[in-house]
Amino acid sequence: MATLVVAEHNNTSLSEATSKTVSAAKALGTDIDILVAGQGASAASEAAAQIDGVRAVITVEHDLLARQMPEAMEATIMALMDGYDTVMAADTTTHKAYMPRVAAKLDTQQISSVTGIDGDVFERPIYAGNALAYVKSTGGKKVVTVRTTAFPLSGDGGSAASESKSVEIGDTGSTFVSEELTKSDRPELTGAKIVISGGRGMGSGENFALIDTIADKLGAAVGASRAAVDAGYVPNDYQVGQTGKAVAPQLYIAVGISGAIQHLAGMKDSKVIAAINKDEEAPIFQVADYGLVADLFKALPELDAELAKIGY
Amino acid sequence: MKVLVPVKRVLDYNVKARVKPDQTGVDLSNVKMSMNPFDEIAVEEAVRMQEAGTATETIAVSVGPAKAQETIRTALAMGMDRGVHITTDEDLEPLAVAKILKAVAEAEGAELVLMGKQAIDNDYGATGGMFAALMDWPIGQYANTLAPGEGTIEVKREIDGGLQTVTLKLPAVVTTDLRLNEPRYASLPNIMKAKRKPIEAKTPEDLGVDTTPRLTIVKVTEPKTREAGVIVETVAELVDKLKNEAGVI
Ligand SMILES: Cc1cc2nc3c(=O)[nH]c(=O)nc-3n(C[C@H](O)[C@H](O)[C@H](O)COP(=O)(O)OP(=O)(O)OC[C@H]3O[C@@H](n4cnc5c(N)ncnc54)[C@H](O)[C@@H]3O)c2cc1C
Repeated sequence: MATLVVAEHNNTSLSEATSKTVSAAKALGTDIDILVAGQGASAASEAAAQIDGVRAVITVEHDLLARQMPEAMEATIMALMDGYDTVMAADTTTHKAYMPRVAAKLDTQQISSVTGIDGDVFERPIYAGNALAYVKSTGGKKVVTVRTTAFPLSGDGGSAASESKSVEIGDTGSTFVSEELTKSDRPELTGAKIVISGGRGMGSGENFALIDTIADKLGAAVGASRAAVDAGYVPNDYQVGQTGKAVAPQLYIAVGISGAIQHLAGMKDSKVIAAINKDEEAPIFQVADYGLVADLFKALPELDAELAKIGY
Repeated sequence: MKVLVPVKRVLDYNVKARVKPDQTGVDLSNVKMSMNPFDEIAVEEAVRMQEAGTATETIAVSVGPAKAQETIRTALAMGMDRGVHITTDEDLEPLAVAKILKAVAEAEGAELVLMGKQAIDNDYGATGGMFAALMDWPIGQYANTLAPGEGTIEVKREIDGGLQTVTLKLPAVVTTDLRLNEPRYASLPNIMKAKRKPIEAKTPEDLGVDTTPRLTIVKVTEPKTREAGVIVETVAELVDKLKNEAGVI
């Protein structure tokens, strides 16, 4: 019995999502190996070996794995699955893109975006988080993606064995062309301690500067509602919600966001929620710990000034 | 090229799901049901490809109860050519749906399957990837923009870090994301016309597909609701509470 955790990394660095996935895997009580599938990924593999609770780090390198394309990931994992009864990965777009492929090849049902594990029972939100389903496998291998915000870091100080394996990958029918990555010095949205998000109420992309200033003061990540992304105010990777990213920071500040169920699905597990909205009837106030009924164009500069007063 | 679009009938996105008191699932009696919004985007894209001359035939397929026929009619009213309805009263897992879609895609000789990235009811986000693997086809998940070429399709994908472009050899699967297009509303004349478009009905047994579930649902519960908070009067008060009461800044 062993679990294969697939690392979230970009070859040069390992994302915290990997350690959180390991901590989810620990709940299964089996040996845990990490797969680092990449190209020139030794730095990521070394970092993975430090995670507490890991038996071995298996590195597979291939041109087609440089960006972990779904078809190549499927081939890689299928080549290793004889030794494992569970494969687990974070529910980021990288892993969500190929894990169903692995599940289909194993003739099993993927258990997606798990938020809790108790024995053999997996908890997962459905219907935009308005219901929680508890499911268990009827047999066969398990393919699990986890919502990393629901699991703590696994800790470090591990000393996993390292192994390299090579895998044959045939013609995948898919070619990488280009990438436009959003550049930011701010913390990653799903791992940030504070997130400040803007919605349609921001009115324009330029107005997001009001949010950026506060984010920089607080060391926060910046998010957005779907409406703000659709309107082109901010890039798609800012979207928080049922069909965007799930976040659960210590503090979530929603500005000019009404609080549609699809948005709430991605942030209602935050420890503290603050909302600024000019409409006192906005549903966001029903989940906010602190609500401020105000025009954001007045409130955000004031917030900036008040933060300065306490040393930010 | 022949384009297949799977469409699912789901609880309307504007309706809040209510868990049944016996904790067996979500109550779907007497609530508004609609086409899964991501599937609507896929239908719109297929119709646009047909209008642009890149799609030669567009087929909507739904796996679901008798009423799923309405969902197929919606796709036909938006402009798709014809429908295939695989009737079942079971709430099938994505794996079973993917197997059914494989049988349909093979029978139809589909070259491109456009589908939603996730269904907003069970939120598995798995059917597209599973179907692609069963076909051994490449997949472009979370499409933001599509550019069909000669025997290929270029997909600009919405990923966690931004955007990524890949070229897929056809036949291929593409899953839609929110920014791909804005689906049209069907006009009244098109709704009337759709009533005469053909829908072929079959069962999973007709297709020889085993739909045995791989998971058991132990229970379905309501999530914890958050305690109602307080309304603060000023920004200064907000900052004070965040710092001294909540201790989060
Ligand atoms: C399939 C599907 C998936 C979806 N997925 C997501 C998702 O993942 N994430 C998501 O966020 N949404 C998602 N949505 C969209 C969701 O239903 C809402 O439409 C969206 O969240 C609304 O965004 P918003 O709150 O910014 O805009 P609105 O609902 O328009 O709210 C704007 C708010 O700003 C306030 N406002 C305006 N001006 C000011 C001002 N000057 N000062 C203060 N307040 C002001 C208004 O009072 C209002 O409450 C999805 C929808 C569908 C159908």
